[in-house]
Amino acid sequence: MGSDTMLIDVVVLVRRVAVAVLVALSACAICAQSAPAGPQSRTRPTDGGVLPTQFEFAGSWAPLGTEDVQNDSVPVDYLGLALTDEARTRALAYDESQKSMIERQCQGWGAAYMVIGPFGLRISRQSDATTNRIVSYTIDAWEDWMGMTIWMDGRPHPSEHALHTQAGFTTGRWEGGALAAHTTHVKGGGFIRKTGVPLSDQATLDWRFFRHGDVLTVLLVARDPVYLVEPEIISKGFRLSKAPLDYRDPCVPGFEGREPGDGVPHFAPDQNPFLDEFMKLYNLPRDAVLGYRDTLYPEYRKKIKDTYVPPPPCTADCGVAGNFVRRRGPTP
Amino acid sequence: MAIAVLVLSAVGASVHAQRESGASSPSARDAAPIDLTGYWVSYVTENWRYRMVTPAKGEYRRIPSSPAAVPIINAWDPSADERAGNQCKSYGAGAIMNVPGRLHITWQDANTLRIDTDAGTQTRLFRFTTRESSKATRPTWQGESTARWESVAAPDKGGSLSVVTTNMRAGYLRKNGVPYSERTTVSEHFDIAPLPDGGQLLLVNTVIEDPVYLNGPYIVSPHFKREPNGSKWDPTPCSSTW
Repeated sequence: MGSDTMLIDVVVLVRRVAVAVLVALSACAICAQSAPAGPQSRTRPTDGGVLPTQFEFAGSWAPLGTEDVQNDSVPVDYLGLALTDEARTRALAYDESQKSMIERQCQGWGAAYMVIGPFGLRISRQSDATTNRIVSYTIDAWEDWMGMTIWMDGRPHPSEHALHTQAGFTTGRWEGGALAAHTTHVKGGGFIRKTGVPLSDQATLDWRFFRHGDVLTVLLVARDPVYLVEPEIISKGFRLSKAPLDYRDPCVPGFEGREPGDGVPHFAPDQNPFLDEFMKLYNLPRDAVLGYRDTLYPEYRKKIKDTYVPPPPCTADCGVAGNFVRRRGPTP
Repeated sequence: MAIAVLVLSAVGASVHAQRESGASSPSARDAAPIDLTGYWVSYVTENWRYRMVTPAKGEYRRIPSSPAAVPIINAWDPSADERAGNQCKSYGAGAIMNVPGRLHITWQDANTLRIDTDAGTQTRLFRFTTRESSKATRPTWQGESTARWESVAAPDKGGSLSVVTTNMRAGYLRKNGVPYSERTTVSEHFDIAPLPDGGQLLLVNTVIEDPVYLNGPYIVSPHFKREPNGSKWDPTPCSSTW
């Protein structure tokens, strides 16, 4: 009995010593990994992060409003666009009163309106009931936008002869930590800017959704062989909203001054009365306002350096951020 | 005997761990999940009126400036800035990525990514190592930037570069004198996206926080197209007026 007790004590002692040695050595090993590399180094590597291959996309995302994606909604403002001559001609013929026609009030805007419209995104996920795999994401419609379904189940895009709609047909996949989506089958007569800059039914939209913390950045690359000389690129930020967003109010048409049969409001060639309005408001060069490609690159900035004169400051009734520029005093 | 075996095993494990430490800690350059190096050009499809030309004095639309900023905005005097040698105020880290121009991104060393801009001839250094006494150094236009890769978990590829910049000299968010203070923090994510023509787009998601001159975060995302070479590189000095 006594020898058994002694044996047990020895075993316990051995175990304790072994554990202590292991702990000490492990600690040294950890020290070796985290210590500076040498006496000359007063730095240490920062920890790398690991992004998930997918992020939580569903939820409510409120718009930030710190980027000028809508521009000023002045009728002739094509800044930041690279338009074909045909697009420019069509845009200049567009009269925003078209949207007051009772049959067009609820026509809505095309898929690109997701990033040029003023609203947030309410996104939900649809899963297969059996496999629980994600079949699609749905971005809810607004009063004047048709919403978007992003099919995630690998289905192909329809035949090129299939129906084109305002929303188009969109498929998506996860790629490099972002959600990449591709939209085809958009309806002709859509717009890349609310002031009448058109998109054709041959346009395609490539989307990429990045999430960094609570900020969702939606990147749109719009191509159109008919109306765009170069892709239009828009990135818009959203912030995760704790409160659910709800834009489900239906569009209800009503009388807005246009009687049925009044005809379609438009401007004849060279007759757009707003052609110079935006240019004069901000002293901007005409080719920039009319959406010429060269105006998108830094060289253009150098080109106009000696001719551009900043507009005078707002002097009265300027409002928040000095943005009620229409009330600016007369340009000298 | 048992102790000897355990000790030897533990020593072996420790040595192995140290060797692994060296082997499994590649430099930031070697660990890069995306390749940002090369030449990039601003593609100004957004905020054109605030970036390509100097807006009117007093206009700070879309920037959440605080009441403390308004007198500074209204007092903007580019000539005074020029005389005081502050013509680079709108080229600091809080604004430089929005200034139309070209970027040349290179590795200065294995753990420092370098961005040169031809507009204003500025240099940003993104250090993947932390320095101990950064607050002791004087603020500069480009401040001090700590960087880290955010790699996507296997088996997917890709990732993002996360950069946090502090210790900047006070500057302008916009050419017309909308201010940010020395207490500003600029948090950026650099992401790459493919373009349909085979090119690449660099998107810089930027969150600017300033407890002095901003009411809330100012969030923008300028983008750049990759260029094949530096043939269009055109260094120009800072200017207060242009």
